[in-house]
Amino acid sequence: MTARPVENLTLADLLLPASLLVGLSIFSLMQMDILSLKPAEAYRGPQTIVVAPHAYEYRLPGDFQMDGVPVNGTLQQAEAGPIEVMLHQVTLADYHECVSRGACDAAEPVIRSARADVPVTGVSFDDAMDYAQWLSERTGDTWRLPTVAEWIFIAGDRAVDHAVDAVTDADNPAERWIATYEQEASRAVPADARPQPSGFFGANDMGVMDIAGNVWEWTATCANRTTLAPDGSTASVVESCGIRYLEGRHLTPMSVFVRDSRSGGCSIGAAPDNLGFRLVREPRSWLRLPF
Amino acid sequence: MEDHDDINLGRRNLMAGVALAGVFGTVLASVPASAEDAGVVTGPAPDLSTLPRVKVDLVAPPGVHAHDQIAVGGPKVVEFTLTIEEKPLVIDDLGTTVHAMTFNGSVPGPLMVVHEGDYVELTLINPDTNMLQHNIDFHSATGALGGGGLTLVNPGEQVKLRFKATRPGTFVYHCAPGGPMIPWHVVSGMNGAIMVLPRDGLNDGHGKPLHYDRIFYIGEQDFYIPKDADGNFKTYESAGDAYSDMLEVMKTLTPTHEVFNGAAGALTGENAMTANVGETILVVHSQANRDTRPHLIGGHGDYVWNTGKFRNAPEVDLETWHIPGGAAGAMLYTFLQPGIYAYVNHNLIEAVELGATAHFKVEGEWNDDLMTQVQAPSPIA
Repeated sequence: MTARPVENLTLADLLLPASLLVGLSIFSLMQMDILSLKPAEAYRGPQTIVVAPHAYEYRLPGDFQMDGVPVNGTLQQAEAGPIEVMLHQVTLADYHECVSRGACDAAEPVIRSARADVPVTGVSFDDAMDYAQWLSERTGDTWRLPTVAEWIFIAGDRAVDHAVDAVTDADNPAERWIATYEQEASRAVPADARPQPSGFFGANDMGVMDIAGNVWEWTATCANRTTLAPDGSTASVVESCGIRYLEGRHLTPMSVFVRDSRSGGCSIGAAPDNLGFRLVREPRSWLRLPF
Repeated sequence: MEDHDDINLGRRNLMAGVALAGVFGTVLASVPASAEDAGVVTGPAPDLSTLPRVKVDLVAPPGVHAHDQIAVGGPKVVEFTLTIEEKPLVIDDLGTTVHAMTFNGSVPGPLMVVHEGDYVELTLINPDTNMLQHNIDFHSATGALGGGGLTLVNPGEQVKLRFKATRPGTFVYHCAPGGPMIPWHVVSGMNGAIMVLPRDGLNDGHGKPLHYDRIFYIGEQDFYIPKDADGNFKTYESAGDAYSDMLEVMKTLTPTHEVFNGAAGALTGENAMTANVGETILVVHSQANRDTRPHLIGGHGDYVWNTGKFRNAPEVDLETWHIPGGAAGAMLYTFLQPGIYAYVNHNLIEAVELGATAHFKVEGEWNDDLMTQVQAPSPIA
């Protein structure tokens, strides 16, 4: 008998050429893919704007107190810039890219928009950090949340001083509560909390869009309580980085995992309508710009 | 108030009635006896043309029309007009809209105030701009389904009902046009309250008169808004278009919104209620459909008629009180400290997530004896 089982013949003899063929195909496809993806690899992230250097003033964020009585934070004179920042808040479409690649958790907006060009809302500080990390890897640049000071620099004429006008009365803590309440209530316009298409709230004097609309923006700044000595110097600071500040029509501290903030119960202040964010891009270092 | 002889006579009649009940049935025995026993004063309708008539202009909640706390003179005929308005109502800051059914355009309808022994004469108008049939059931009225059986009006009709306010207390009124229309109309906003004050005013149940400087009417409303496939609240062309979807949500018994005065935030921020330290407030709180448990954060219920009926002595010093669905309760409190107070349904999920929060802004001097911050927040030593 010279005949061999057919199966032995096919398996042994076809495996090598077949794998060669498949390997070659994959290789050439990769070649083509790399070529065709070249322009996409140059994705540099959402559109940005460079805010030119300028002098500005901002109030230090935090719960400040002196002699056991709440006081306004210290007003700082500063000079900063240039800062490159996203022209718009991160949109649903931007954020979806990160979610679809498994690098970001899905947002939890109160209203799901049919449009992709609205700011992403229902995102926590942690979500914003995940997105910044993903975008940095995707673009090769360093993206991060602005600090409160940087945000106020970027916010230009839309920046809101959160100082409470009322004279603090050590004998009557209620006066400051009432003044704060009235101030936040008067700023609670527009009353419509539905996220609007990017650009709806217009540009500030720096050309940055939608600052202090109805989406508050996460900052990198940790919550703090600062006790001032009688001469105005800092006596103590307790920082709590599980709580970060959001900027918008008013400054709001919020736990880093919170995606939606509703007003009510014993939290009597005005709550942000929506939680979103925008990122700043660090300048590329010379080492990373070989061409 | 009835005298003691009347009460004793009533009880004797009741006992006699119980003996007869085995033969003739309880209805025969209980009607005259229980009426007297409950202190309800009734008889043949008097010549009402001899009574003074007063016409009241109602005001939208949380306001309450001007009224005497202690009745001046004898019983009156008090005339009210309620105009039914079917209209879209935005119930939160996301633009969620319900096709509301309202008495006088507000949710809840306005609070009416009369005194025990007065005659309430209501003109109910259903303009032809409306689509639906409506009526009114007063929990304070006796007979004909609270008046619902005598007040059914189609669009383009009006009707006039008179009833005697025999029992002092706060009572719900609501639309009850029959069958599945009843809960639908009620959870679409068609409810309010009437307060029947004792002729000599409120008291603590032990003879001490009670008085209020300000009165607020809070109507708590559960809404059941259908959602689309994305989870967004749906809007409909008309109330009729929404009906079957809304009924499905209603049958879950889980409201999507639980709000004061028609919308989340209706009584907060620039609409917060105001008072001063040392002032006494009366809060009338109704929930026509669903149990609630009001709580004043940082304050108390000094005197609370949680079921709202003033011939029961009020409970005192309460932290939270229960108002059963289908009732209106009343709470009297004197502010002792300035500040912002939250008045909530103390199911805090309903207060914070569903909207049942109101605020009082109270100005005045701080009382260090009642509370003081001994040490401001500082680094742990």
